[in-house]
Parts: sequence; C-alpha cells; structure tokens
Amino acid sequence: MTITLNGEKKSVPDAVTVLGLLEFLKIQQQRVAVELNMEIVKKDTYPTTALKDGDSVEIVSFMGGG
Amino acid sequence: MTDDKLIIAGIEFQSRLWVGTGKYKDFAETKKAIEASGTDVVTVSVRRVNIIDKSKENLLDYIDPRKYKILPNTAGCFTAKDAIRTAMLAAEAGITKLVKLEVIGDQKTLFPDNEATLEAARTLLKEGLIVLPYVSDDPIMAKKLVDLGCPAVMPLAAPIGSGLGIRNPYNLRIIMESVKVPIIVDAGVGTASDVALAMELGCDAVLLNTAIAGAKDPIAMAEAMKYGVLAGRLAYMAGRIPKKLYATASSPIEGLIGS
Repeated sequence: MTITLNGEKKSVPDAVTVLGLLEFLKIQQQRVAVELNMEIVKKDTYPTTALKDGDSVEIVSFMGGG
Repeated sequence: MTDDKLIIAGIEFQSRLWVGTGKYKDFAETKKAIEASGTDVVTVSVRRVNIIDKSKENLLDYIDPRKYKILPNTAGCFTAKDAIRTAMLAAEAGITKLVKLEVIGDQKTLFPDNEATLEAARTLLKEGLIVLPYVSDDPIMAKKLVDLGCPAVMPLAAPIGSGLGIRNPYNLRIIMESVKVPIIVDAGVGTASDVALAMELGCDAVLLNTAIAGAKDPIAMAEAMKYGVLAGRLAYMAGRIPKKLYATASSPIEGLIGS
C-alpha cells in the first residue's frame, strides 16, 4: 500500500504496524517519535497500531539546533 | 562553590553554560566543542528522520544522552499549534520531558511571539512537560510565564546569532527581581565577556550556539565560554565593590617617608 512518509509517497507492506514500518525502514525506535495522521503515536502502541492505505506518517528525531 | 547548585524542576545541572548543537561543520566538531565547553546540557532541534540516506549519521551517536541532558527546542515554529505539536513529539521520543519552547514571531529578528509562547506554554505545562520558554527581555512577559508554571525563563540577550551581546542588562536585572525562578540568558551572545557579564548580573545560566559554532576556532571559543561563565558566576557570588565617582587609595596613608 502507499502512505505519505515524511512528506513523500512511499510504498510499504499492507497493514504494517508502526513498529513494523520502523523495522522496514531500519530505524531504531528509541530515539524517534511518530505521528500518524497528525496524531502522536504513543510508543507502547507501536506494535499494535496498524497503518492504512493513504495514511500520513511523520517520523522525527533530534538533530542539531540551538 | 560546591553548594552553588543550579536546580530547575528538581533537575540538578552541573554547568551554567548550556550549548546548542547547530551550525557546526560536522558531528565530530560538535562533539569536540561540547566537550571543550564543559557543559552537561545541549539543545537539539526536532526534525524529520532522513529515510532515504541510511548512511546519514545520528547526532545522538556523538552526543550521548546518558552523559548529557538533552533539551529539545521548538525552533522553526511560528505558531503555538506547531510549537505544541513539536514539543509533544519531542517528549514522546522518550528521552526527556524538558523542552525549550520557542514560538518565533518574525523571520528577520527571530524574536519570540510572546502571546503565542504563553498559549503554547499553558498547554504544554498541562501535558506535564517541563517548559523553559524563550522570551523577550520583558519582565512582564517573564512573570506571566512563571505564573503559568514555567520553572525557569530564558530571556534573549539579542537576536539569535547576532553576536550583539547583552543589549539590555537593566531589563535582565528587573526580570531577576520580578521572578523567583532561574533565569537562563539565551540568544545573541558573541564572546566570553558577554557571558561573564550575564553571570555577573546574577543570571543563573547562559545558553548559546552561534557564538561557539561560528567562531574561527569553535573548540577554543567553547573553552573560553566555559571560563567566562565560571568567572562571571564567581565574581557575582564574591560581591563586587560599588562604583564610585572619585578615588579611594589602595595604599595606606600612615608611614609615608617625609611625613
């Protein structure tokens, strides 16, 4: 299925969970935060929150800044 | 000086110099500068993870969150809504509940939109975040933020990255008299004497980024800033002499030959 990931269209496995998506992208979950359709996803629900076709996901982490 | 502790919201900070992690040449330089500064607090921004380029290094591989207190900022936010969203995301990363709240009012000056800052602070404090707001050097605004529940305030010395130093030391002193929480001077400092002045005024800490990252030798400047903050704090605690119009001799009058 296709989702919008960090502003870009991306093809991902059907009904993948947030945790599954992070694993698919090879991103460690410890240092990131995830937003699904403008709502923050609680870390403990990453394994149980399934994505749908057309969902919009933002994955953020900490970068340099003042 | 061992009992001169900086404590904010129950968190003990070892250093009164706080340093940003932006604008360095690379992560290796960031790491060296942070180490040279002697700080235990670094600010970071909250940004999209690079999905495409897997080789892209991670800042936190260089700045260990177990060794440094991470202070996420809401830089780049121009509305309370965006700042709240960014701060809540930062908190959900699970590293800290601290946030340096910035809601910017203007691209040129990067001055805070104080009204939006108040609104965002109100919401974030209710959500249980430890909100350290970036604010203009306005004692009225500082007091409003503290009355809401902010455990410290961060008044700007001058526009971010301007290097102008402490433009209004009198306002900073008034803020110190108006609020009973720690004051962390943030933004606009340029060199070591600026941070020493801030500390001599009685401020509790100074946060800076550009002054170090933009210096010709960032590592040396980081060290200079470390000493500037230490010197300023010691001088403040030592209690300076008053300023006088006329001279008072330092050498005794008695025992002068020929008297």
